[in-house]
Amino acid sequence: MSESFTKGMARNIYYGGSVFFFLIFLSLTFHTTKEMPERDNRVNLTESVARGKALWEDNNCVGCHSLIGEGAYFAPELGNVYIRRGGGNIDAFKSFMRGWMNAQPLNIPGRRQMPNFHLNDQQIDDLAEFLKFTAEMDVNDWPPNDEG
Amino acid sequence: MSTLKFQSQAVAKPYFVFALILFAGQILFGLIMGLQYVVGDFLAGAIPFNVARMVHTNLLIVWLLFGFMGAAYYLIPEEAETELHSPKLAIALFWIFAAAGVLTILGYLLVPYSTLAHITGNEYFPTMGREFLEQPTITKIGIVIVALGFLFNIGMTILKGRKTVINMVLLTGLVGLAVFFLFSFYNPANIALDKYFWWFVVHLWVEGVWELIMGAILAFILIKTTGVDREVIEKWLYVIIAMALITGILGTGHHFYWLATPEYWQWVGSIFSALEPLPFFAMVLYAFNMVNRRRREHPNKAATLWALGTAVMAFLGAGVWGFLHTLAPVNYYTHGSQITAAHGHMAFYGAYAMIVMTIISYAMPKIRGIGEANCNRAQVWEMWGFWLMTVAMVFITLFLTGAGVLQVWLQRLPETGEALSFMATQDKLSIFYWLREIAGVFFLIGLLAYFRSFFIKEKIA
Ligand code: HEC
Ligand code: HEM
Ligand code: HEM
Ligand SMILES: [Fe+2]
Repeated sequence: MSESFTKGMARNIYYGGSVFFFLIFLSLTFHTTKEMPERDNRVNLTESVARGKALWEDNNCVGCHSLIGEGAYFAPELGNVYIRRGGGNIDAFKSFMRGWMNAQPLNIPGRRQMPNFHLNDQQIDDLAEFLKFTAEMDVNDWPPNDEG
Repeated sequence: MSTLKFQSQAVAKPYFVFALILFAGQILFGLIMGLQYVVGDFLAGAIPFNVARMVHTNLLIVWLLFGFMGAAYYLIPEEAETELHSPKLAIALFWIFAAAGVLTILGYLLVPYSTLAHITGNEYFPTMGREFLEQPTITKIGIVIVALGFLFNIGMTILKGRKTVINMVLLTGLVGLAVFFLFSFYNPANIALDKYFWWFVVHLWVEGVWELIMGAILAFILIKTTGVDREVIEKWLYVIIAMALITGILGTGHHFYWLATPEYWQWVGSIFSALEPLPFFAMVLYAFNMVNRRRREHPNKAATLWALGTAVMAFLGAGVWGFLHTLAPVNYYTHGSQITAAHGHMAFYGAYAMIVMTIISYAMPKIRGIGEANCNRAQVWEMWGFWLMTVAMVFITLFLTGAGVLQVWLQRLPETGEALSFMATQDKLSIFYWLREIAGVFFLIGLLAYFRSFFIKEKIA
């Protein structure tokens, strides 16, 4: 590096640059949290959805599945499974979910397994409501198709 | 006989040793998962995939934290030219952190996760069940307490000693690490907000404050092994961390493309994160430049190899593989695919696993009283470990990238109706997964060679 570019100049760029961009980041975050109510579907955040999220976490579903592209890549994306498996109809989806969760593990030799979490019908319905909620968030049209 | 400048630097030893033990555990669970990818029912009852994954990733994070703490205990006294404020505190915190870590891992393995959540009272203060942040809330609180004690200890040491640029940058990075971890306690019922702030931990760690830690450790090693003037090295360090934060903070936007967030993040995230490879590229130039301009021949060839290797591999894993999928139109198709896994592996290994092994390579011979460097034969074993692990990681990355490209092609690009389902796609990828697993076995062999190097004594002729 050239001699005329001194350590002091480098230090000033570091301090100035990081503070400056951190402040921009904070302002954008502030703006984003103001905009999010329009997109994140929070008007439909019912008690049932909140319980569903807690069940999602307490059973570590994200350790095998991704949810809107984040999590693990071992099992299908579930952010839009409400569309894929329920066709966008909550009753159809709930009955799919009850059937699915209770049928686990499928025990097909050599096939990836999903455990049975011993959930009751109410809990499965809550999970279904949570997955409906995620499917109805406005996430800029991700995923590209229904397969997730 | 000790070859340390300050006796208290020796507290780094248990941190380093324990870090490497956990590293071995991480790899074993990686291999279990790698097999479950292709033999789906392998150990499915005893160790479900999600459990193995938690163990794999949590061990990774915890061993890196042990490594960073060991690095700090080693280099901060030397830079500050004074003994560590309290070696006793450092040892006490070691045992607390080790116990908390082991108990948490045992918890994952021995009881169903929902039981662990229940017995640790997750319903009162829910923070569990999110990727990388699976630890029970009580463990998270423990981590914060350990971090505070640790920061106090090294902060006091710096306060009473010399305040070098390296020490200040390292301290800033470590304080940042602790501060951003606090976002792990924020877990609203609104999944979009939860995810938004989850990235404050994950992204602002690896593409923010951890780069400060990496830069500081690398600078320390380069000063020691090359004898190049401190002024020059410090100037480079400032340039690198300036680039890291200027690009990396707004680069967080590359995680806000598909998250109930305004569209402008697609621009902000794409532009700034596309510049994130710059600091990693600068690290490569800097490491090679300093080694070429060296004023002394340091006998620890292995440490120099690690230092150059970490710069190159971090650039490839974070810089090149990060860039590959960071532009919004590309990320639309690759988001959450095996491409992400490919990048995550090479970046974590290249930047953070390797920087920890760099400082271990440099510091351990001194801590163990062997001298400036291990004997030649031990270094040869260590370098075998280096090459086997590093080349294996390159192959793991290439195979996962192959899997990812095919996955995008079959499952993401076609329209609904034409696209293959997730599970059908996975079947088509199995050859890549088998190859990844084989590369993983070579990685393990490399790790064993590396471990072997610690047990080789000089032959008395
Ligand atoms: C140990 C890994 C694992 C865990 C944990 C897990 N799953 Fe699964 N899940 C799978 C696998 C594998 C499949 C695909 C099974 C198949 O197609 O045979 C699957 C499929 C599904 C499907 C059907 C998706 C589709 O598109 O066909 C739903 C719904 C589902 N899981 C919900 C859940 C929920 C809810 C949880 C948490 C309570 C959960 N899973 C936890 C592995 C897991
Ligand atoms: C050597 C053999 C290894 C194997 C077979 C292996 C395998 C795996 C598998 C199967 C996953 C889960 C992917 C998924 O979610 O579906 C995973 C995740 C992960 N592993 Fe490894 N791993 C290995 C080594 C390593 C090493 C050395 C590191 C880093 C130093 C590492 C870091 C990670 C990270 C960061 C994740 C999370 C990735 C993400 O969320 O995108 N692994 N690994
Ligand atoms: C050493 C530094 C880095 C590390 C350790 C790292 C690690 C990771 C990991 C583990 C993930 C997966 C997170 C998850 O599970 O969802 C990830 C995602 C991502 N990283 Fe990095 N990364 C680094 C640097 C970079 C850089 C410099 C770029 C851009 C140039 C980048 C771009 C991305 C993108 C775009 C994603 C999202 C992938 C997706 O949409 O699925 N990363 N990174
Ligand atoms: Fe990121």
